[in-house]
Amino acid sequence: MIRCEKLSVTIGDDAILHEVSVDIAPGKVTGLVGESGSGKSMTALAIMGLLPRGGTATGRVMLGDEDLLTIPEKRLCDIRGNRIGMIFQEPMTALNPVKTIGDQVAETLFVHGKATRADARRIAAEKLERVGLPPERFPLSRFPHELSGGQRQRVAIAMAIALSPELLIADEPTTALDVTTQAQILDLLKRLVAEEGMSLLLITHDLAVVAGMADHVAVMKDGEIVEAGATEPLFRRMEHPYTKRLFAASSHAPERTPLPGGEPILTARNVVRSYPGERRGLFGRADPVRAVDGVSFTLARGESLGLVGESGCGKSTLTRALLGLDAVQAGEITAFGNRVSPDIPNAMRAGIQVVFQDPYGSFNPRWRVERLVAEPFHLMADPPTDRRARVAEVLKDVGIDPAGMDRYIHEFSGGQRQRIAIARALITKPDLIVLDEAVSALDVSIRAQILDLIAKLQAEHGLSYIFISHDLSVVRAVTDRVMVMQAGRIVETGETQAVFDAPEHPYTRQLLAATPTIPEDWQETHDA
Amino acid sequence: MLRFAFTRALSLALSLLVASVVIFAVIEVIPGDPAAYMLGLNASPEAVAALREQLGLDGNVAMRYLDWMGGMLTGDFGTSYTYKVPVAELVNQRLAVSVPLALYALVLSTLIALPIGIIAASARGSAADYGIMGATQLGIAVPNFWFAMLLVLIFAVTLRWFSAGGFPGWDAGFWVAMKALTLPAVALALPQASILARVMRSALIETLGQDYIRTARAKGLSRREATTRHALRNALIPVLTIIGLQFSFLLAGAIIIENVFYLPGLGRLIFQGITQRDLIVVESLVMLLVFAVILVTFLVDIAYAAADPRLRTKR
Repeated sequence: MIRCEKLSVTIGDDAILHEVSVDIAPGKVTGLVGESGSGKSMTALAIMGLLPRGGTATGRVMLGDEDLLTIPEKRLCDIRGNRIGMIFQEPMTALNPVKTIGDQVAETLFVHGKATRADARRIAAEKLERVGLPPERFPLSRFPHELSGGQRQRVAIAMAIALSPELLIADEPTTALDVTTQAQILDLLKRLVAEEGMSLLLITHDLAVVAGMADHVAVMKDGEIVEAGATEPLFRRMEHPYTKRLFAASSHAPERTPLPGGEPILTARNVVRSYPGERRGLFGRADPVRAVDGVSFTLARGESLGLVGESGCGKSTLTRALLGLDAVQAGEITAFGNRVSPDIPNAMRAGIQVVFQDPYGSFNPRWRVERLVAEPFHLMADPPTDRRARVAEVLKDVGIDPAGMDRYIHEFSGGQRQRIAIARALITKPDLIVLDEAVSALDVSIRAQILDLIAKLQAEHGLSYIFISHDLSVVRAVTDRVMVMQAGRIVETGETQAVFDAPEHPYTRQLLAATPTIPEDWQETHDA
Repeated sequence: MLRFAFTRALSLALSLLVASVVIFAVIEVIPGDPAAYMLGLNASPEAVAALREQLGLDGNVAMRYLDWMGGMLTGDFGTSYTYKVPVAELVNQRLAVSVPLALYALVLSTLIALPIGIIAASARGSAADYGIMGATQLGIAVPNFWFAMLLVLIFAVTLRWFSAGGFPGWDAGFWVAMKALTLPAVALALPQASILARVMRSALIETLGQDYIRTARAKGLSRREATTRHALRNALIPVLTIIGLQFSFLLAGAIIIENVFYLPGLGRLIFQGITQRDLIVVESLVMLLVFAVILVTFLVDIAYAAADPRLRTKR
């Protein structure tokens, strides 16, 4: 259907792709996996002729007997959206916020002159229904901001398949979505491929997603395809060491020796966090929204407690309350025997530190690493005077060369930044670190290293963790106990292993069922 | 959308009320005798007392405020102390010059700025872009009265296409009056257009980098179609903000240009009111300008909501 032959891409002077050759067979799903920067998305953009400014592609991309790299732009516009459709990772920003969903789907039809405006709207309604947005509930006049992320991704899919293209390119289509939504979108894509006889090029970093979806897989690393073939044999054999490494990293569980249960250091009793309702008119308000609704738990010294749930379930709101950033409306949080509230003394804050998801946004870019890491010192009543020595010590702890303390944060990679964030949390020698999606933005191999680091630090310093994540496999790997949160409530809690092996609450079961996994018997060959 | 407009209108009315109290308080209530101030240092006590009575300054504060507001609402702004004519009459004459001039300049500025901003953004990094950016830099840096004098030198003194100043009034005919406003409008518009073009360019460049533009291109839209159909409307919000600010400025801030061209506009009236200590004129004009600014803000808000559906449900 589409054949890339020795496709190379450079942007400016940087070589991004090196002689990538891949065949996308008609009516099949081809998976392209790799870590960030491996060139997956660039391959897709090169096929579409949509490389960023300054990008040039060489080699051949054959669609039928046309080479997409040499045909004029005008002809490419005829092919895009018509014979090749594409959807992207971020459904929140992929749709034009000022146009209705009907207009945006219909546009695909009439820019290609395939329908009059009136017909285009009728067909748009059909296509939206086809992707699971029936017009009774989702009229064409809806705007993107009135839809959830999963619904927006459905609109993007409707736009891409409006003209029944021969090939659909999906670039990380579910990475930004919750696990249950991901399962629905993957189902939809699978169904469309089967029913429309379309080919699908599925780009993802997630091996488990590919395992469940693709007929063929190509594994990319540093702009090259290192291994390719039919999915099941490829997973069973894993000939290339990188494929093996990737696989091992994606299911990596650090070695942990559970610490003997200590005294409770953090307790929540019937905690309620509510927000004022939406404004109705000048003075009226709707009922308050309970984001956290009667949550109780206890965390012991040296324990790792997982908190899982989908976006909007109240995880972040609960975290803010635990950190004493927001006041609670009812119930009580106590840490180290004292009540937690927004006006707790700084010394108490020094005992609880936090690491956030985004290793790029959580540092001041104009400060040197020394100052960044030493910042929590201001919480202490009498900060240590040997600041540089202390910073050097924690940097060594997290595996960063202490000489790096005089550099700026942009000189470090994403994984190194997350190590520095952990160093910043460690410097006050806290008893508890809250890890808020702390490994979610990292590639699997980096994630495995950070998980090891987190486990090592726990053993060395006797730390307690609250590990918040939407990723169930990670929580399973690093926590002793887990709480499952849904709509502001904890619906299930227990020993991590027990909850994952025999979930009791239907929501936990639903979450586990929706999590993509690599079939176990595929893994036997190389485990042996 | 209607509800949005209604709540905005309500807050507009509230702002006006607050503004009127502040203006009234600053000029009439805060210690210091307005009558003594108006008459200057050498006034006799008898004259001051007479003026106080004429201005009604001895009455009750609340009553005076209500009187003043009532007058404003019915178009009675009082009588100017220096001109000895009703302030409403003065204001009407001046508005007949200032409003058309401001609109004229704004339309010119928008007509110049938007196309060149769009060209510069679409051809980012090209010679055209650098040329436009250089020209707008110059347009911002050079003061508008210098432009005005240059325009007079070229088009009035040398070419003799326009007169060098003065305003014949609308009775002389629409085109004659518009012709007299053309050079001032151009002089006012050039710096404004330079600012607006740069805002348009950067807003559009930012919008063109958004994910939904890539989506539009993946649907098969050409670069130009993606710009006109998807990017432009999204880039309008900052542009609308600047246009709103510029109109308010043009209405009352054109005083230098009015002086260069001998135009009887609002700016000069305020200036004269202040130098001649005619508080009655100043008070009414300030209130009027506040009203104009708040009204423009209201219209810009409505335009925002028309441009961006997300704003209709909020606030």
